[in-house]
Amino acid sequence: MAAVTLLSARGLTRAFGGLRAVDQVDFDLPAGQVRAVIGPNGAGKTTFVNLLCGRLAPSEGSIHFEGKDITRQPAHARVASGIAYTFQITSIFGKLSLYDNVALAAQRRLISDKTAGRAAGGLLHRRTMAALERVELAPLAQQIAGSLSYGHQRLLEIAMGLALGPKLLILDEPTQGLADGEIENFVALVRGVADEATVLLIEHNMGVVMNLADRITVLNFGKVLAEGSPAEVRADAAVQSAYLGA
Amino acid sequence: MNGMVLDRALALHLGVVALLFVLQFILPAYHHGIVARVLVLASFALGYNILFGYTGLLSLGHALFFGAGIYGTGLVMREFGWPASAALFSGILSAVTVSLIVGFLALRTVGVAFMIVTLMFAQAGYLTSLYFNEFTRGDEGFVLQQATRVIGPFDLSEPTTRYFAALLLFAIGLLIKLALVRSSTGRVLVSIRENEERSRMLGYNPFRYKLLALVVSGAFAGAAGAMYGLLFGYVGATFVTIQYSIFPLLWVLLGGAGTVLGPLVGTLFMFYLVDLTSGFTTASLLVVGVSLVVLILWFPKGLLGTVRQRVLPWLP
Repeated sequence: MAAVTLLSARGLTRAFGGLRAVDQVDFDLPAGQVRAVIGPNGAGKTTFVNLLCGRLAPSEGSIHFEGKDITRQPAHARVASGIAYTFQITSIFGKLSLYDNVALAAQRRLISDKTAGRAAGGLLHRRTMAALERVELAPLAQQIAGSLSYGHQRLLEIAMGLALGPKLLILDEPTQGLADGEIENFVALVRGVADEATVLLIEHNMGVVMNLADRITVLNFGKVLAEGSPAEVRADAAVQSAYLGA
Repeated sequence: MNGMVLDRALALHLGVVALLFVLQFILPAYHHGIVARVLVLASFALGYNILFGYTGLLSLGHALFFGAGIYGTGLVMREFGWPASAALFSGILSAVTVSLIVGFLALRTVGVAFMIVTLMFAQAGYLTSLYFNEFTRGDEGFVLQQATRVIGPFDLSEPTTRYFAALLLFAIGLLIKLALVRSSTGRVLVSIRENEERSRMLGYNPFRYKLLALVVSGAFAGAAGAMYGLLFGYVGATFVTIQYSIFPLLWVLLGGAGTVLGPLVGTLFMFYLVDLTSGFTTASLLVVGVSLVVLILWFPKGLLGTVRQRVLPWLP
């Protein structure tokens, strides 16, 4: 509990008409943790992270990032201050090269980082290539992103997230549609990322969750059903009946 | 390798400028005049392409910015006796101001709504220019006296000076545009065209970048309008009609949206197509229309867009 709280939400609520997709959620994420958010379909996981990264405005409640109230901050400003989001449905620039895709993320970081100075051209190139190398796509840098296989497009998404140099990386169902071999590589990749950034992971694949997460938050009908270590969550009777299908 | 690609592109663009420079000494008087006009209008199209080809915003209201440029120059010369150089800046400034205002309001909309809102602004501008007939002379327009169309020792109504002034405007516009589209800002503009939501989630404020593109493109239109008035000496409401919103779109589409040189190719092509066909038929616009349809069917990316796709992938 000594860790600094990076992100916190209080009473976070989002209603769509009569449906409260996210309902009075209190949430604290310490810096350096890998946190998984799980829950049955329709539990409000994606709505919840969309509130955190600013793609949706909350109906009630507040969000703090590094102690600052960001509840009313637009999404692009949140990204600039260190919250990166990778899309559930792959969203890349299909007609641009891999290099340009990642450079767009890397140059955003250079704009925020005023100490980088004017002569940032070389730095931009190095950071772009470094991010591509981490996901092992560097040899394809000049290829058009739309021509990649689905698995590679997911990796490109993650490279874009990494190139932003985020404090918090939100991964929305990153392993969806990946083959088993690709999932193994992905798990190793996220372990590496966790050394430098806090990770918030929405994931259906329980193997991945149990393998990666330090802590797990379980959502059900928009409310927090349980929260704890993987072992605690696995043992929780309420979670089992709601989700794990025991 | 990247460095070489960039140099090749720069060399090509400087080469085109040099070629246009040499043409001045070679062209017969008639074509000399046409090319000067084409260069001014191609500068208008260069700016239009920044908004349409690179940022992906289709405006139907650019006549308003061209008109702001030509009237911003012509009116201060006629009403207040400003010298041509100051009037040129007044024209550019008018267009920048108008495009800022239009941008703040119109960029709240997207797609078809954006087209309609910009069209409405331009129509409102056109009607305004008719309403203030007393100053603008409306449809009839007014002539800028030859004696006033002088900057320093240069008489802008003299054909050689006129050609070089048009070329200077075009060359400055071309190099600014080349630098812009190869900069990191240019990359963000393209990202907005390709996937605005993704761009936003990489931390870019789309509104800010779209407004920037609109104002830069408005400044190009204003500079072209101002220069057109100075070089050809006529200012009138005809330059604010819908035609002058459609022209740059056509020129850009023909030459290749999202290519730096495309607008020049498109403008030249259209001018000479009209010129050649009207030599042997009164139905020249029919020929123009048919050629447009053919081009769009076989070269949907425009002339240079197709060249880039098939042979010169490095073309910016």
